[in-house]
Amino acid sequence: MTLPPTPSQTIGPFFAVALPWPDGPDVVPEGTPGAVRVGGRVLDGAGDPVPDALVETWQADPAGRFAHPDDPRGPAPGGFRGFGRCATDAQGRWAVRTLRPGPLPAPDGGTEAPHLDVSVFARGLLNRLVTRIYFPDEAEANTADPLLASIPDPQARARLVAVPDGDGLRFDIHLQGAQETPFLAL
Amino acid sequence: MSDTLKGQAGSRLLVPGYTPEEPGTHPPLDFPDYRSTRLRHPHRPLVPLPHRLTEVTGPLLGEGRVAETDHDLTVQHAAEPLGERIVVQGRVLDGAGHPVPGTLVEIWQANAGGRYRHDGDRHPAPLDPNFSGAGRCLTDAEGRFRFVTVKPGAYPWKNHPNAWRPAHIHFSLFGRAFVQRLVTQMYFPGDPLFPYDPILGSVPEAARERLVSRLDMDLTTPDWALGYRWDIVLRGREATPLEDEEDDA
Repeated sequence: MTLPPTPSQTIGPFFAVALPWPDGPDVVPEGTPGAVRVGGRVLDGAGDPVPDALVETWQADPAGRFAHPDDPRGPAPGGFRGFGRCATDAQGRWAVRTLRPGPLPAPDGGTEAPHLDVSVFARGLLNRLVTRIYFPDEAEANTADPLLASIPDPQARARLVAVPDGDGLRFDIHLQGAQETPFLAL
Repeated sequence: MSDTLKGQAGSRLLVPGYTPEEPGTHPPLDFPDYRSTRLRHPHRPLVPLPHRLTEVTGPLLGEGRVAETDHDLTVQHAAEPLGERIVVQGRVLDGAGHPVPGTLVEIWQANAGGRYRHDGDRHPAPLDPNFSGAGRCLTDAEGRFRFVTVKPGAYPWKNHPNAWRPAHIHFSLFGRAFVQRLVTQMYFPGDPLFPYDPILGSVPEAARERLVSRLDMDLTTPDWALGYRWDIVLRGREATPLEDEEDDA
């Protein structure tokens, strides 16, 4: 049996009545050893902040494992949530507090560099946009990463790598324009 | 099969496969009739992301996220909200027809007068002190969800002159894997505003009816509430050799 999939619709301007959770940005609780802040701004094609976007992150734990039954190595112990959700503020800013993920074995044999998968939802987006955040101090792993290696333009590749920002990491999401973030098709 | 070997063929990892997106399902990101897409859609082509471990797993957010009355938007305040009480029920399935059990479903909507409890909503319709318009639940073992609420009103917006949104309820779903995440909207059958709405109209024509619930007299509760049924189909999961073995066992 094959059922036709349900189409996507925009999240609209009023999702804040339901979707932001008090602990949404806390992939790990405050005070967790090794926690890092990852955040930035969401900007539109005119360079203006997008104040009504929702950014979600999904990632492996520091050992490169998932607390999920479909991880073929078995679900990771420890119950790492791995998921962050943050609505942008009036300046388009978002941030999550998390642990750095480990590298991942790829099904086709290589190794994926540590990364976060990201979904961006907003009024004016009829479907989510998906991108990835890589880490700036993983140059060697990033070079060997199969997704990054599939992007020929070095400037586009660089836009998937966060930049150091104080004691955290900054990742701005440009929906459109010269600095446009590379978005991914799942 | 031992845990160390499970899912590994030689040195290779076996991850669940998900079917490709079917063309003609989702709206285009660039849709000029919906004005807000203009500065918010990427100009460059999307980069293909093959499904690896991060994509075939996803957040499994359990019962800690859902309180007892979260599925009933009519009992969250001192008194009942005004409006037409309705039951909205359906199943979350994958494209192969398998139920998606234990997955978080979040909804939000305008009140019966067409007003959201949100500072940004300037529609001069009354707020209802007894209605927040947010609900959540986990699907059961058969993938079923059920909400009790009031039918949302239509409301005006600024997209074009005399623009009105047909009545709808927003739905957010996780499914089992990152690739299945879906945010969408459910509509009500026979709404005369359909032809004028660029958001529903952004969906390829043949797929639009999948967003429209149907009145179900079996779900309708005598002397109490009309029932609307709506099933949600997420990206399909392909059977793996591993699952076939388990089915045989």
